[in-house]
Amino acid sequence: MKAKHMTRDELLERVKGGLGDKILRWTEKSARRIYVEVKPEDIPEATRFLFKELEARFSIATGMDTPAAIEVLYHWAFDQFGLMFTVRTKLNRDQPVIESIAPIFKGAEWIEREMWELLGITFRNHPDMRHLLLTDDWPKDKYPLRRDYVKA
Amino acid sequence: MPFVRTAWLAQMTKKTTIIPIGPYHPLQEEPEFFKLHVEGEKVVRLDIELGYNHRGIEKLSELKTFEQTVFLVERICGICSTSHPLACVQAVEDAGEVVVPERAQYIRTVIGELERLHSHMLWLGLAGHFLGFNTVWMWAWRYREPILELLELITGNRNHYGMMKPGGVRRDIKVEDLPAIRKTLVDLKGPICLFRDAVTDDPLIHARLQGVGTLTKQQAIDYCAVGPTARASGVARDVRKDHPHLAYGRVDWKVITRENGDVFDKAVVRILEALESIKIIEQCVEALKTLPGPVDSNPREIKAGEGIGTYEAPRGEVFHYIRSDGGNRPVRHKVRAPSFMNVATNQTTVIGQSVADATIILAAVDPCYCCTERMAAIDAGAGRRVWSSAELIRLSQAKTAQLKKEMGVEGPRLGL
Repeated sequence: MKAKHMTRDELLERVKGGLGDKILRWTEKSARRIYVEVKPEDIPEATRFLFKELEARFSIATGMDTPAAIEVLYHWAFDQFGLMFTVRTKLNRDQPVIESIAPIFKGAEWIEREMWELLGITFRNHPDMRHLLLTDDWPKDKYPLRRDYVKA
Repeated sequence: MPFVRTAWLAQMTKKTTIIPIGPYHPLQEEPEFFKLHVEGEKVVRLDIELGYNHRGIEKLSELKTFEQTVFLVERICGICSTSHPLACVQAVEDAGEVVVPERAQYIRTVIGELERLHSHMLWLGLAGHFLGFNTVWMWAWRYREPILELLELITGNRNHYGMMKPGGVRRDIKVEDLPAIRKTLVDLKGPICLFRDAVTDDPLIHARLQGVGTLTKQQAIDYCAVGPTARASGVARDVRKDHPHLAYGRVDWKVITRENGDVFDKAVVRILEALESIKIIEQCVEALKTLPGPVDSNPREIKAGEGIGTYEAPRGEVFHYIRSDGGNRPVRHKVRAPSFMNVATNQTTVIGQSVADATIILAAVDPCYCCTERMAAIDAGAGRRVWSSAELIRLSQAKTAQLKKEMGVEGPRLGL
């Protein structure tokens, strides 16, 4: 059944079934906001499943430096239910590396470039990794959105 | 930051010429730098460079209180100056589980739709100018004026309204002002219908815009395009309908879509949307006559948590994510403006099109386009030749003039 013909409950069952034991944590903050956590290595598969099979809309991703980890939040919209479905993953602060999702669809290209230059997250196999907002000669290892950033 | 990156000059070959467009003129929030790779008249590749006026708003926001940050994001864009605050306060309210009084929700809707109206009129005028229909430009902006005056009447400002706050709005709309709002809207309907007919029925505009800069439905989905850019390609996404909030679920209106995804359809979607906006505001004004206050629930603190706020800005979904640790400032504030998704679609829509059409194609997603103030056309063989933006616009206008002659027609008659 196509995602757009499902009811909300059917869709959420599909999501739970499709992501299966990849789900580390499932938080239903409200009827219109769901947050799930998965391991970094499961992101490409989860992305393919949400974008290709369930035809969710990629709204944007948020990168964020916290004391414990560098978090990446992929915000998906199920517009038919007014539902924002956020997939969270936590990367090692010392070596934040994750597979790029830009090979799956075009719309993720720019935001991954932005998260790389502002937070120092390495996106493996990104098709066109270069500076987006910062100048080309921006000093290496200076990431403006890191907590420990000192002015370049 | 150095203003112009020069490494790209090396990419030019004998066959391909690169026409850089931009990046100066930081009047609006996104000075962009378009590098058109052309072979003869045909565009073969487009590179887009951003960041010339990146202000670090996300970082700045972490230093502001939840009340202050609304004023900060209001300054992201002068045209969408209520869309960002609206998404922002909704993110804060989502994080802190704040309830917003009904009257405030109607007032928010009115401001949001007035903004859409004036923004679409602004675009229509600019599009007319790029194409050489300066009458359309003048008249579109003339009818944008009363909308700005309305906003001044309600909020005290023509732009940067300072209306939104977590929990509600800062100012009520006075009942005695409602008839004036109504009258302005009624007076606007006629002219907008004239624009609609002038644009949709004119053979010259058809010749100039139909089949130009097409974004297919699949491309719109892959690029995650939003707003009129997506809706003109048959992707019916609209935050106002999909994620019902404010008064949008309680008034009667339609999501406008078209199927072809060319510049013409994008123009039609915007004009028809302006009429829908008038419909929405009229119903809200009617409700505001009797709806009791208050207009602000005055939340004392925002508890720890995270929240997402979205709003359908004139250009598409604007997205704000806020995380609170229970203090009075956000620990992270992510902002994504609609142009971030839409501008990227130019990479495909402009390919194979002529240079004369490039201006209107790049403008069709309604980016903040003031950045095209300066352009240089650089010819690999003959060395450097520098053109001004005026010349590129003239190129576009000349094409219209040429078509006019060939077709023996006059162009849109407004009869205003």
